[in-house]
Amino acid sequence: MTLKKVHDKQPEKFEFTKENLELAKNILEKYPKNQKKSAVMPLLYLAQNQNNNWIPLAALKYIGKFLSMPYINVYEVATFYTMYNLAPVGKYFIQVCTTSPCLLRGANEIVKTCQKKISKNESDISENGLCSWTEVECLGACVNAPIIQVNKDYYEDLDQKSTEKILDGFMNDKPLQFGSFRNRKSTAPEKIKSKLNGAEDA
Amino acid sequence: MLKEEDKIFKNLYNNLGSSLEDSLKRDDWSNTKELISKGREWIINEIKTSELKGRGGAGFPTALKWSFAPKKIGSRPHYLVINADESEPGTCKDRDVIRFEPQKLIEGCLISAFAVNAHTCYIYIRGEFFNEGAKLQEAINEAYEKKFLGKNACGSGWDFDIHIHFGAGAYICGEETALLESLEGNKGQPRSKPPFPALVGLYGCPTIVNNVETIAVVPTILRRGGKWFASIGRPKNTGTKIFCISGNVNSPCNVEEEMGIPLKELIEKHAGGVIGGWKNLQAVIPGGSSMPLLPRETCETIKMDFDYLIAVKSGLGTAGVVVINKDADIIKCMARISRFYKHESCGQCTPCREGSGWMWRILERVVKGDATHKDIDLLSDVTKQIEGHTICAFGEGSAWPVQGLLRHFRKEIEKRCFAEPVIKKKRKIPYLIDQHLLESKNAKNYDKQ
Repeated sequence: MTLKKVHDKQPEKFEFTKENLELAKNILEKYPKNQKKSAVMPLLYLAQNQNNNWIPLAALKYIGKFLSMPYINVYEVATFYTMYNLAPVGKYFIQVCTTSPCLLRGANEIVKTCQKKISKNESDISENGLCSWTEVECLGACVNAPIIQVNKDYYEDLDQKSTEKILDGFMNDKPLQFGSFRNRKSTAPEKIKSKLNGAEDA
Repeated sequence: MLKEEDKIFKNLYNNLGSSLEDSLKRDDWSNTKELISKGREWIINEIKTSELKGRGGAGFPTALKWSFAPKKIGSRPHYLVINADESEPGTCKDRDVIRFEPQKLIEGCLISAFAVNAHTCYIYIRGEFFNEGAKLQEAINEAYEKKFLGKNACGSGWDFDIHIHFGAGAYICGEETALLESLEGNKGQPRSKPPFPALVGLYGCPTIVNNVETIAVVPTILRRGGKWFASIGRPKNTGTKIFCISGNVNSPCNVEEEMGIPLKELIEKHAGGVIGGWKNLQAVIPGGSSMPLLPRETCETIKMDFDYLIAVKSGLGTAGVVVINKDADIIKCMARISRFYKHESCGQCTPCREGSGWMWRILERVVKGDATHKDIDLLSDVTKQIEGHTICAFGEGSAWPVQGLLRHFRKEIEKRCFAEPVIKKKRKIPYLIDQHLLESKNAKNYDKQ
């Protein structure tokens, strides 16, 4: 379970834009007619995207009414799952995986780099207002460890140097292309120069 | 070693392209209609012959699971749900299947849905895999265009729809009943079983929940025959499996290999060996973080399949091999895994909610050198109190790695538990609530009272 802080300054009103309303109707069609509640998770994502990557309480109420479910149930869902931000995050929301497989390959260095480049504390927004960072649990790309996820993209096979470059890119509002930073093809084994214990070149 | 022609996921590294056109060249969708026309019984029997076990961690025989679904559709519709909520530390196989072999998964969905009488399928992808999910949606759209999905899917006379549902960062939603709760729009807390989802699942209807890899291998098994699949590996542990090798190895990678491949071969041949050589190996977690680790001596001879690993008190799980060498602090590594479980516990059952945090705090104390000898027994006790006392298998998942650490590295822990008891006075500390008093900074005030 995670501790989540609800932001202290909340907008009074929230409504889906026209486009999002259309999308929301499409989402509802995925589920049986009497099971509107199922759409709560996709709709929360929609609200999050519309509102600069965080969800205000007014949106929870709005979605509750939209799906005719009690506000508290929407609140419950929004606070249970880690990916719903209930307080503002940076335009570039940097999530550093620090679970064991990443830790073994030096995720700590990346956390330190984030502290140095962005903000000392987790979840604080950087001075220029562009970035914030947080530690997250396993991102599911352990073979490409260590990794960071920025908004929707994975930056893989990092080390301290490449992380610095990436973070500089975000701090200057010029994001680098995501993917592997060791020129590696997806999860294929890399060529190894020295043969170890008679093992063939992979 | 697995022959190239026996590999099921030929495009695991995206060398051949992942679009529908490219997939057709790899024999996907080649005779789906014919396979379906052979009927349910034949499909389930063929899978039974292949002895395919679920690839999601528990290793439950797939054919048996399918046979639990009611034979005829009653008043309630049937559902097929694909579990793509892959969040087990050390595991990243489903991501590649979704990214690079989506058509195998989609075709598998159609055939399996037909076998269990389902017209609707939900694929539950973890929210972090946004780009992968978008790719899968593209693949699904392509399949709809070719009339492989939808009304009279692939000319088989079976109507079939697939929908994607994104999770939002909860590990527990990989547990099948929690996944169904999440899909219904609730928080993801597991249900008690029975009733099993095969009878009362999504929206109270019969539901079969399978892992991505399990479903994606189904079309190939049917095409090449269950006997072919069963001929790889040894009885009850058949077929091929994607292994994810991460941690302190020279070249971490995903690789499809036969079941029962020796662990040493897997690490040396495919992952370029342990950093610092085999002698520098400290321990290996063989099946994702939930499985107990194994020390080097065991790793020398071990073979990677379900039964072999159970015999050495571990498990194949999801086949996420995490290699830890001697340069790494093993206790720190396990403390981090405990923190993962503390973070991801859904909070429904008390032993797991409190115990997972408790184990983490004790292990953190050991890492810092603040722990006492008594803590070791306490830790062991806590793991026993969690195991078997929770609704879902998360309890075991969080307790087993710590038990494995205690089993194989007790001496290592003892070396670091030299601290004096932090509370000097003899006082009885209530069992559960005042655990924080054992932390040195809090204990000082307690002594003054």
